[in-house]
Amino acid sequence: MAVLKDLLYLIVYPGIIFLFVYSTFCEWFDRKVYARLQNRMGPTHTGRWGILQPVADFFKLMAKEDIVPDKADKTLFNLLPIFGLAIVATAGLLLPLWHYNPAKAGFNSFTGDVIVVLYLLSLPTLIFFLAGWSSTNLFSTIGGTRVLTMLFGYEVPLFMAVLSPAILANSWRLVEIAAFYQKKPLLILPNLLGLVIAIICVQAKLERTPFDIPHAETEIVGGTFTEYSGKKLAFFRLMTDIEMVVSSGLVAAVFLGGFPGGLWLGLLNFVVKTLIVIFFLSLIRALTSRIRVDQVVSFAWKYLAPLAVLQLLIVILIKGLLL
Amino acid sequence: MKFTIPIGPQHPALKEPISLRMTVEGEVIQDADIRLGYNHRGLEKLAEERTWIQNIYLTERICGICSHSHATCYVQGVEKLMELNPPKRGLYIRTLVAELERIHSHLLWLGVAGHEAGFDSFFMYTWRDREVVMDLLEMISGNRVHYAINAIGGVRRDIDEMQRKKILDGLEILKTRTEYYFKIGANEPTFVGRLAGVGYLSKEKAVDLCAVGPMARASDLPQDVRKDDPYAVYDEVPFDVCTADTCDVLGRTVVRIKELFESYKICEFLMKNLPPGDIAVKAPTRAKPNEVVSRYEAPRGENTHYIKSNGTNKPERLKVRAPTLANYPATVEMLKNGFIADIPLIFAAIDPCICCAERTVNIVNARTGEEKILRFDELRALAEERFKKMPPKRNAVWPF
Repeated sequence: MAVLKDLLYLIVYPGIIFLFVYSTFCEWFDRKVYARLQNRMGPTHTGRWGILQPVADFFKLMAKEDIVPDKADKTLFNLLPIFGLAIVATAGLLLPLWHYNPAKAGFNSFTGDVIVVLYLLSLPTLIFFLAGWSSTNLFSTIGGTRVLTMLFGYEVPLFMAVLSPAILANSWRLVEIAAFYQKKPLLILPNLLGLVIAIICVQAKLERTPFDIPHAETEIVGGTFTEYSGKKLAFFRLMTDIEMVVSSGLVAAVFLGGFPGGLWLGLLNFVVKTLIVIFFLSLIRALTSRIRVDQVVSFAWKYLAPLAVLQLLIVILIKGLLL
Repeated sequence: MKFTIPIGPQHPALKEPISLRMTVEGEVIQDADIRLGYNHRGLEKLAEERTWIQNIYLTERICGICSHSHATCYVQGVEKLMELNPPKRGLYIRTLVAELERIHSHLLWLGVAGHEAGFDSFFMYTWRDREVVMDLLEMISGNRVHYAINAIGGVRRDIDEMQRKKILDGLEILKTRTEYYFKIGANEPTFVGRLAGVGYLSKEKAVDLCAVGPMARASDLPQDVRKDDPYAVYDEVPFDVCTADTCDVLGRTVVRIKELFESYKICEFLMKNLPPGDIAVKAPTRAKPNEVVSRYEAPRGENTHYIKSNGTNKPERLKVRAPTLANYPATVEMLKNGFIADIPLIFAAIDPCICCAERTVNIVNARTGEEKILRFDELRALAEERFKKMPPKRNAVWPF
């Protein structure tokens, strides 16, 4: 029975099938919100309200011709999309959704899993860099270096912002952090600054406007993905979608009190809370214009990093004085 | 590490083919090289084989955005050659269409600037409101792009009372919307952060490199053919020449938005003071041997047509200098020491209309770099020879 449950966990919920379905839904939601904010309709044709459009896009891309450049490092070029998908899907398994024991650590919930999720979410950045580098296109190479340059900007503030609620909850385990804030919901308030920082950093991590610099269409064509087509591009797009779900799930687990209530209520909690985060991500995407890569780094170190330190200070003060 | 980035002939930032070769070091541009000739259409030669009237519609097709500019520039020149005096009402309508065209061109440019800067919401909103002025143009002329309102000696269509009211209503909507765009364009921090200080062109350089239109005016050079050498009815219409002193892309944006307000003012004045009378006079089919240079302030800058007649019903020579061509030297100057990220913005800031500025084709051997000039029949022989050598085309293979 335990093995069956584990298998269900890995394959169905919240494993790869759930992640695929939900991430395509999130992409649809994001596209719809973005389109409505721009006074457009967004997807309308495939499925009701165009809800199946991302799935249709995925399968269409899977059927397209797959081209590998002659000069590319072929092994790396072919393997990177699969690695990337595997990494973000693994990170998705660590979200405290179902099938965990709060008292005992298991393979999907253990002390320090918040760090592991953050680490797994940093790897896609490296994958993007390697993808750009291995395709040897000039535009991809520039995109790849931009990916890494941006990483130095947003990664530190993101870590500080996500870890400060953990410090307040006195735990490195997502389940315990969530349980702490479910018990004391008022303590969510001092973390609001951290939530804002985390959402901005997640936006940068997902490379969406204003941080879509590595694949800025009008400057460097497709950026990192210039040479990717067909199945591999489909995998990369799915990977970005899953990354969006996982990182918004992480933000929701850490800042918004997690997903209590077992299987069904937990699922509802998960959907509502991640959609709230994704709504804010879409809002930022619609309201800003792309900035330059040097502006990202200076913005991150001038504003985000000091504010994240301030958030840590607030948390430490509250912990010392009130708890 | 120094390397050359090929922007174009095919690139998402370019709507038409042109080749910009950027020598960059890291993200900084060291040198820029512009290569033209991918979209040559031989319009000037074609014009020599058509009558004066046919040529109105040919010149209109030089550009899809400033179509009225080229047609008016040509028609004004021909009217000078034929010594015609178009009636006041005709000139008022011609000016009205010219100003509506400026409005549509500038709104379009704002959207393009937003898109190049990655601000797609701005792009969607400006292009939505551009539909208002497109509808007005369609109502006046019957066409959305090539208005075909000009005739030699006046215009082809009159404006009635209902149309006049609709135009005034449309202008009111556009005015409130433009105020909103001005607020966004000058205040949205990420957008201003992208535009300010980018593509610097000092006043002296603008004079030296013969920049025209909004480019020159953004470098604090109050240069406008409508004021300097008034044509049509611009000497009767009150308006100001808009300038900015920031000399960058932000300045060019501000100049264009201010010009929108001036255009609304002009259109309102024209509609409120529309004189009664005829809209056109009858034109002869031939022009005496003479030559003329016609100037016109297109939305993108000064447009010049040189027309030479030889007494027949066809021009002997028509030479077009589109404003984009005049702005290329300044573009190279502006691109130097910029970032790669700024290339699309700087290049878009001149509002390039690439095929308007194409005058010759230069044939370069891609392998050896050898350049030569070919006659048309030689070119044709070359194509035929190449076609014979080509292997038979395989059928496309389904990927799996």
